[in-house]
This record gives sequence, C-alpha cells and structure tokens, in this order.
Amino acid sequence: MGLLSLAIWTPIAFGVLLLAIGRDEHARAVRWLALLGALLGFLVTLPLYDGFKLGTAAMQFVEKASWIERFNVHYHLGVDGISFWFVPLTAFITVIVVIASWEAITERVNQYMGAFLILSGLMIGVFSALDGILFYVFFEATLIPMYLIIGIWGGPNKIYAAFKFFLYTLLGSLLMLIALIYLYNQSGGSFDIAAWHQLPLSGRAQTLLFFAFFAAFAVKVPMWPVHTWLPDVHVEAPTGGSAVLAAIMLKLGAYGFLRFSMPIAPDAAREWAWLMIALSLIAVIYVGLVAMVQKDMKKLVAYSSVAHMGFVTLGFFIFNDLGVSGGLVQMIAHGFVSGAMFLSIGVLYDRVHSREIAAYGGVVNTMPNFTAFALLFAMANCGLPGTAGFVGEWMVILGATKANFWIGLASATALIFGAAYTLWMFKRVYLGPVANDHVKELTDINSREFLVMSLLAIAVLAMGLYPRPFTDVMDTSVAELLKHVALTKLN
Amino acid sequence: MIDNISWLAIYPEIVLLTMACVIALVDLGVHSARRTGTYVLTMLTLAVVAALQAMYASSGNTFYGFGNMVVSDAMGNWLKCFATVAMMVTLVYGRPYAADRDMMRGGEMFTLSMFALLGMFIMISGNNFLVIYLGLELLTLSSYALVALRRDNATATEAAMKYFVLGAMASGFLLYGLSMVYGATGSLDIGQVFKAVNSGQIKHQVLVFGLVFVVAGLAFKLGVVPFHMWIPDVYQGAPTAVTLMIGGAPKLAAFAITIRLLVDGLLPLAIDWQQMLAVLAIGSLLVGNLAAIAQTNLKRMLAYSTISQMGFVLLGLMSGVINGNVDATAVENAYSASMFYVITYVLTTLAAFGVILLLAREGFESEEISDFAGLNQRSPLYAGVMAVCLFSMAGIPPMVGFYAKLSVLQALVASGQGLYIAMAVFAVIMSLIGAFYYLRVVKVMYFDAPLTATNVSAPVDVRVVLTINGALVLGLGLLPGGLMALCADAVVRALAT
Repeated sequence: MGLLSLAIWTPIAFGVLLLAIGRDEHARAVRWLALLGALLGFLVTLPLYDGFKLGTAAMQFVEKASWIERFNVHYHLGVDGISFWFVPLTAFITVIVVIASWEAITERVNQYMGAFLILSGLMIGVFSALDGILFYVFFEATLIPMYLIIGIWGGPNKIYAAFKFFLYTLLGSLLMLIALIYLYNQSGGSFDIAAWHQLPLSGRAQTLLFFAFFAAFAVKVPMWPVHTWLPDVHVEAPTGGSAVLAAIMLKLGAYGFLRFSMPIAPDAAREWAWLMIALSLIAVIYVGLVAMVQKDMKKLVAYSSVAHMGFVTLGFFIFNDLGVSGGLVQMIAHGFVSGAMFLSIGVLYDRVHSREIAAYGGVVNTMPNFTAFALLFAMANCGLPGTAGFVGEWMVILGATKANFWIGLASATALIFGAAYTLWMFKRVYLGPVANDHVKELTDINSREFLVMSLLAIAVLAMGLYPRPFTDVMDTSVAELLKHVALTKLN
Repeated sequence: MIDNISWLAIYPEIVLLTMACVIALVDLGVHSARRTGTYVLTMLTLAVVAALQAMYASSGNTFYGFGNMVVSDAMGNWLKCFATVAMMVTLVYGRPYAADRDMMRGGEMFTLSMFALLGMFIMISGNNFLVIYLGLELLTLSSYALVALRRDNATATEAAMKYFVLGAMASGFLLYGLSMVYGATGSLDIGQVFKAVNSGQIKHQVLVFGLVFVVAGLAFKLGVVPFHMWIPDVYQGAPTAVTLMIGGAPKLAAFAITIRLLVDGLLPLAIDWQQMLAVLAIGSLLVGNLAAIAQTNLKRMLAYSTISQMGFVLLGLMSGVINGNVDATAVENAYSASMFYVITYVLTTLAAFGVILLLAREGFESEEISDFAGLNQRSPLYAGVMAVCLFSMAGIPPMVGFYAKLSVLQALVASGQGLYIAMAVFAVIMSLIGAFYYLRVVKVMYFDAPLTATNVSAPVDVRVVLTINGALVLGLGLLPGGLMALCADAVVRALAT
C-alpha cells in the first residue's frame, strides 16, 4: 500500500471502527481511539514531505490500479506541487479538531469522531485523486459526513443549514458529473485527468466545460454570488465542523479550478478570466464590507472566509507565477487561520453559549492567555507581516499589480477592510472593561485548549516567518501549469 | 420437436415447480405459528434454484428449448438468479411481519411467492409472445392473492382490488399489442418476429399500432408515468412484506421482458419505441420526484421514488440505437446500464423495506416517515443501513446507486446527440430534487429526537441478512466493477444471437 493510500484509509479505517464499536458509555476510550486514529493519519503523511522531490512537475507517489474496468476507471493517486501540502494540512486539522472537541461533544461521541475521521480520509482522497471518477466519488462523499455533523451537532437552525449545504453543493457537482462524462467520451474512453489536460477541445465545448466546472467549484469555494450558503452553515455547524469546513472543504473547490478548469479548458479560462477576476474582486471588497456589519462572530468569520477565498481565485485567474503561488499559499494559510478563528470562537461559545459579539466585552481581563492567542490569530486574519496570512495576500497583490495596476489596487484595499472588521471585532469582544457577569465568570483556557491554540499558533507563525518550504514545493508545478494554460487547445 | 436439451433449459423451473407443490403439501403438517418448517424448506429450495441459475449463468451458454419457446442465456439466468435471491431475502424480512399479522394461518405466502417466482422465471426465459404472457399472468395472479392475504384488512383488500383491475387492464393492453404484432408478422416467436420486421416488408403503421399497446403494457408493469397510478396505492395498501414482494424481484422480470420484446423482437422499430420511452422517462422523472416530496408515508414516498428510478431505467434503454444505426458499443452501454440499474435498485429497495419491516411491530406499521424519528439513537446499525440505502437511491457516491446513474448518464452522453445530452442534464436536475426527499428521511432518523424508546429487536436471520444487504449497497459502491462487467457480458451474450 502506498503512502497516499495509507493517508486516505488510515483515518477512514479508524472512523469505521469507531462507528462499529464505540458507545457513549465509554466516551473516554472513544476519544482516545479517535485521537490515535487522527495522529496516525497525520504521521503517515510526514514521510511524504521527506520523499517529495523538488524541481519536477510530475506526479509523485503515484499509485495506479484498475478499479472499474468497464469504464476504464482507475484507482489512480498522486500528488504534485499543487496538491501536496493539502494532504498533511488536512490530517493536521483533523488532529486539532479531535482535540478541540474533546469535551464539547458528549452525545454520540463515536459518531462525531468517526464522521470527522472519515471526512479527513475522503478529503485527502480528493486532493490526491488523478482519475475523474475517483475524484468525483471523494468530492461528493464528503457531503455525507458533513451533512450529518451539521445536522446532529449543530445549532438551533441546524436542519435548514444542513439541507442548504447539501443541496447547494450537490447542484454544482451534478453538472460537473455531466462534464466528466462528456470528457470521457471526447477522450475516447478515459477518465485520466492528465490525459484530459492534453485533449484538444473546441471553443464552445471548452466554454461549456468551464462553466460546468465553475458550477461545482465556485459553489464550494464559495465565490460571490453563490456564497450565501456559507454563512448560514457556519453559524449552525458545531465548532469542529466550522473549522474543517473553512480550513479544508472550501479548498476543495479552489483546488478544482487548478486541476480541472484551467488546464482542461485553458482557452475558456483565459477568455472568461475577466469574469472570474470581477467576481473575486467583489468577494474581496463587497463581502469584506458585509463582514464588517455582522453581529455574530461566526458569521463575521464566515464572510471573512469568503473574502479571503476571493484572494485565492483572484490569484489563480491573473495567470502569473506570483498570483497562482500566492493563491495556493493563501489557501494553506487560510486553512490554519480560519481554523484557528473558528476554534477560538468555539472556546468562548463552550463557556458562554453565545456567538453574539454584543454578549462579550473585556474577555482579556478574565482570559489573558486565551486573548493572547486570539490576538495572534486576528492579526494573521488581517494579514500582518510575520504571520501566515501575510504571505499569500502579499504575493497575490503583487501578482495582480504586475498584471494590471488597478486590479492590484482594488485587491489591496482588502487589507484595510480585513484589518477593520477583524480588529473591530477583537476590540469589542476582548478589550475594554468586563461587560457582564458571564464574562466575569469566564475561566481561562485549560491545558487541552492551550495545546490546540499553541499548535495552531506555531503553524501560523512558522508559515509567516519561513514560507520557503511551501513555495519551494509549489514553484515547478505552478510554472508548468501556467506554461500549459498559456497554450491553446483549440482544434 | 422436443429434444434433450430443452429439459435442461428449464431444469431450475422444474425444480421450483415441483418443490412449490411439495411444500404446499408438506405445509399441511406444519403447525408452528411462524411456519418454521415450511420456511426452511422454501429457503433450501430457493437456495438450490439460485445456485443452479448461477451455474447456468456463469457457463455463459445460450440455448433454446421447446422449439424456441424458451431461451436460456446469461442475461436471463443472472436475472433469474438475482430474482431468486431477492425472493429469499424478501421472505426472511417478511416472515416475522407476516406472522404478527395473521398472514400465516396457512403456508400460502410461501407457496404463492414460489409461484410468483416461477412466473418471473417464465417471463425472463420466454422467447415467445405467449410464453411471456403466461409467465406474466402467473406472476400477477400470485401477486393479487398475496396482496389480499390479509383478508380482514380493509386497505389491503382495497389495494388488491385496485391492483387486480389495473393489472388486468395492463395485461389486456399487452396481449392486444402482441396480437397486433402477431397479425402483422405471422409469428409468435421472437426471433421470427425480428426477422419479419427487419425485412421491411410489413406495413409500418400496423406494427407501430401494436407497438404502442406493447409499450403501454410494459409501462404498466414497470410502473412509469402515465401508467403509474396503481404503484402508490398498492405499495401503501399492501402489507409491507408483500409490497416488497411486488416492488423487488418482479422489476427484474419486467426489465427482462422489456428487453425480450422491444430489443430482441422489435429492435428495427427502435426509433419509434425510443421516442415513446423518452416521453415515459421524462414524465416518470418529473412526476415521481415531485410527488415524492409531498408524501408523509414512507411506503408511498418509496413508491413515487420507484417511479422516478424506473424513469432512469428507461433513459438507459432509449440510448441503444442512435439515429437508426445499431452500434454494438451503444447497445452494450445502454442495455447493460439499465440492467445494472435494475439490479442495484432491487438490492437497495430490499434493504430499505427490510428496515421498515423490522421496525413494524404487532399493531404498529411503522410506515410514516415520522415513525423513523431518532432511529439513530434507538439503533445506529439499522439507521445506518437505511441511510446508506437512501443515499444510494439519491445517487450519492460511494453508494452503488451512484454508479447506476453514472452508467445510464454515460450511455446518454455517449450518443453524442444534443437531445440526449439535454435529457441527461434534465435527469441530473431531477436527481437533485430527489436528493431532497431522501435527505428528509435521513434528517428524521438522525436529527430528530425519538418519539418512543422501544428497543429495536430482530430475529437473528433478519439481522444478519439486513446487515449484509446494507453492506452490499455500500460495498458494491466501493467495488462496482464486477457487477458492471457481469451485466455488460450478459447483455452482449444475450444479444449476440
């Protein structure tokens, strides 16, 4: 069994095991077993970094076996510089979520932990699948655990949110399914993504394919104007669900643009880049403004996620090295930062059971350690140099300015809005005098929460101070992708 | 002329018929309330028959018997094998339910279901209009009696009446259509009919006139719009165990006669019947999915869901012949996709109804969707099985239902016709609507609080079979290649002659 298979199936095996034997009577054992599964799942991704060869755009750690002979579908895995980092990132976030949900979840613990472990394996599968159907199966299968996580452990309006999440994303992906089948027939019976990259296609076919993929990925990212499911879902999802959703699931969509839309339909991608850039800029600026007026912390961070993901898609569609690499770096950074933001809100929510900004004030007085972490994450969220949030945004802005000064300028305003809504929220929640009795009774984070926060803090700082390992891995693959996208596939 | 080989062609049927009679007699001496003796004997018989069919099927040979009246080919034998297994599973799930409802005063349930199965066998292997019709009648007459088995129950009796009246009408349609075709071609033998139609000597109008009635009759049996009215009423009214008997295995037989009549016999008219199937399919997808949303009764909801699923089967059937060109790849794609769809549909339906039957207790039917509230808290295993089935029907990977939809859509898109691609998009949008009502049941099971704390208990045989059944819905989704290859191979062999 290859490393990627191990990374996919280790957490899934543990998840299934938990579902099969876990009972609430021994919740403690269930949690430890879940942690063991998540840790093992993370550990098996580490040799990947060690064995990853720089300086080549080829797929690495490739595994290929026939899966459905009838349709020439293969169990075909591999990672390149574009997808590599998401594998350990997913496994890392899963470990964090398991620890963070240790006490918050008391009912049906085995199902909760099992769902997250299975979800983790499925998402790694999405990032490493090199076969269209395999990709689709992983991509769609992630909906089931997430639907259950939101619906069972979510907030008061959880059912609406769970349905909205499921149906919204399903609509997009069903159109993608038609696109995949179309490509299968056009390519003479192959679901191999790499073969599709080389397939000549007419302009009309490319446009249709581009928008079919757009339907699937734009909803997932989410891009304005199909972003409306995200705030509703984030508000109702349990903390762990929000963290995984923001940190990893949104990236599935952005990744799809790089793996499918751009290389398969490069002419359409270039033709419609203006639209993508416009939508991204609206996400960055308009949604940033929307975030500012939110009263609910989770909603605010959700809108901020949309704005940050706007940076990612903007970076992709300006078609230069800085932009695409910057988008990728931003994806990873946002994984850490948004995860951390949601988990911080979770820390407060576990104690006060409110997400309203107005319900807080002066938390720093009672929870000084926690506030220090929260400040770091808030700074990372508005892109302070030295934190993870800075690197990607800076690269994208630089890339955008290189392409067109005005696009660069427009995107740079986001730094101001980002700082405004994040810091304003920080001020209202954490600073000032103690606002009410609830805040007065707060206890500072315990050692478990401290562990979660410091792991994320280390990641945020490390990536901000030394992003080389990330960009080094990407460089060759990004350059290769851009070279490919610049060529026409029209026949 | 009756030659040696013809007995071999119907050997499993002979075993089944003999044993059905023997069991009817043996049952007179069985006195246990649950008819354990009859049950075990029936199961053994069916197991032997299924094994025989599997042996025939895996040999892959095609041979004819009784002067071309019956055919034994890979497709038919596999369908018969699966139908037998489906009937066994139905009896396992249905026995405790039937025993609680006074349906087992005699052993009729077992005998009738064996005769129904025999009817399916004859339909599947029939190579002659009359043989097919006889098999159909044997199946439906047994089914009418099965629906009415709870004779002191008003809804069941009403359902039986409805089923009988509409079913008889459908048979009439089919017979009328077949007699028209017979009149035009002068033969009841499917092979002869094919040759006659293919010669182009026969007046097209007469053939199409007959064809319309044949298609209408088949549509009744498959339960597709606008001939679907009986499905919801009968599904809801019949005792659940019998609903499964009607909604499970017979779909395999209905599929088989559709292939025999339309493809084996009337393929030269494909352009005409494909247009009809297209209308039926679109109607079924639309009505089935939209009407299912409004249902509060789970059996009724599944009935409408069946209608929409059958719409998908028809979509597969209509992409075999493109622009009048019979192309081997397209034929294989289309008909094997439909076959795969029907088989996985039956597999999923069995498990879903199995859970409904399991939750029904004495004096409690458990057929409202709200009866499933909080099932996850009462029994995670059965809630899991049901959820897997529902996701499969909705076509969400990695359940097997996804691959069924994938193969049908692939067959449509592969035709390269703009119209067919548009229909694929339409089907996809309809499955999105479908996802809503399936998800709603998942929601009730997982998100709502349970209304009762009654423990879910089941006999060992039910528990084991249901678990395996649920695992298969997921497992065939992880490894669908084998069954797909089997269907493709069976279709190729069946149509090679």
